[in-house]
Amino acid sequence: MKKALLLAPLALFASVAMASDLDAKVAEMMKSSFKANGIASLDRQVQDEVQKACSSPTQPDAATMKRLEEAQLATVKWPEAGNYTGGDWQEGARIAISGRGLTWTDKTPDNNGGGCYNCHAMDPKEVSAGTIGPSLEGYGRIRGNSEEIVKYTWGKLWNAKAYNACSDMPRNGFGKILTETQIRHVMAYLFDPASPVNKQ
Amino acid sequence: MRQKIIAAAIAAAAVVAAPQALASEELNFDAYRQMLADGNPAELFEMEGEELWTTARGPKNATLEKCDLGLGANVVVGAAAQMPRYFADTDKVQDLESRLMHCMDALQGIPSAEIINGSFLKGERAKVAALVAYVVGQSKGKPIQVDLAHPKMKEMYAMGEKTFYYRTGAMDFACSSCHSQDGKRIRATSLPNITTSKGAAEGWGSWPAYRVSNSQFWTMQHRLWDCFRQQRTAEPVFGSDVTIALSTFMAGKGNGHEAVWPGVKR
Repeated sequence: MKKALLLAPLALFASVAMASDLDAKVAEMMKSSFKANGIASLDRQVQDEVQKACSSPTQPDAATMKRLEEAQLATVKWPEAGNYTGGDWQEGARIAISGRGLTWTDKTPDNNGGGCYNCHAMDPKEVSAGTIGPSLEGYGRIRGNSEEIVKYTWGKLWNAKAYNACSDMPRNGFGKILTETQIRHVMAYLFDPASPVNKQ
Repeated sequence: MRQKIIAAAIAAAAVVAAPQALASEELNFDAYRQMLADGNPAELFEMEGEELWTTARGPKNATLEKCDLGLGANVVVGAAAQMPRYFADTDKVQDLESRLMHCMDALQGIPSAEIINGSFLKGERAKVAALVAYVVGQSKGKPIQVDLAHPKMKEMYAMGEKTFYYRTGAMDFACSSCHSQDGKRIRATSLPNITTSKGAAEGWGSWPAYRVSNSQFWTMQHRLWDCFRQQRTAEPVFGSDVTIALSTFMAGKGNGHEAVWPGVKR
């Protein structure tokens, strides 16, 4: 009996040690199996805090999620004087449709697409919209344009991990995928009553 | 000349197939694939690969008939269905492509570095792809049957599973970002759920494939390379551990399900 009690924690210790050994091997492999090419440099193979915490089938505990989300929220750059307007929904449409940018075949980090349609339905007339993210059809029409919802949307576009640390959505502003001006255009695409997103 | 005939035949097949498929309003392309399955242009690559297998080439002017794909020298039937596998002679887990590369180096004297540092669809790497088409064609209708018993296979599988969930790069994506739920799509493209056995077999067992949209034959190494490109990581090295680990994970997870080698894709 005493022996079994002694062995149990040892076995637990061994499996924990093996798991972290495996994690270290994988992290090393994610560097050694890759090479830099153009703008896709090797620093992309090193995880930040959020990526590391969200790399398993189960997400971290609630306290960790909250801590990560607060840290991510602090990275959001809010627009000057709380002015979220001034975007052009037609420019926003182009950004939402384009999935280009940031691969090793892309030349510059500018003029990236937002790739929104890869995962979200937006304009009800667009049939080939992806389904990984929730439908955003009628976004502004359904949600209105209260300061709360407008601010949340800006924050979500800038850094989706501020609201769900393990969200599948890229961190557009924080990750320099989109510029502040581009995010303003996507805001217009979501909220402008003239935008096809809000047409029925 | 032979190359030209092959290219012309492929172009003709694609042109004939396209109009009906485009008329379809379906968002999946299963019907399209079924239509092409009878005359899969990948067969032309299979023929090219079969010829390459028995042609004396390289500095050593040798054929590949002494190449052991796991079932003995020159045994090609059923070999692809059991790969990746552990090979005692190299003391490594190898997928079909890295094993072929090893055979070309050891038997024919074609340096692996030439293939590793080359480009897809070009030079010796294109030759590897044709050989892949031939070898997988000899496992048609066979279930995926990967032996995970060896400790190095177990480790590769475990590393592949961890890699599947490893989020990194400019957009925080992992394989799991797109491939861990049933019935999801990116744009109009259906995504297999690789966390299930059936989905893993769907992902693993439909590559290599002939791609109608660009008239190219893509191996699994090529497919994974493009997944990483779209994931916005740095560039994976041809035949590197990460590609073998993910392949071992997918094949092992899909064990028992039938593969459709070589596949046809949009």
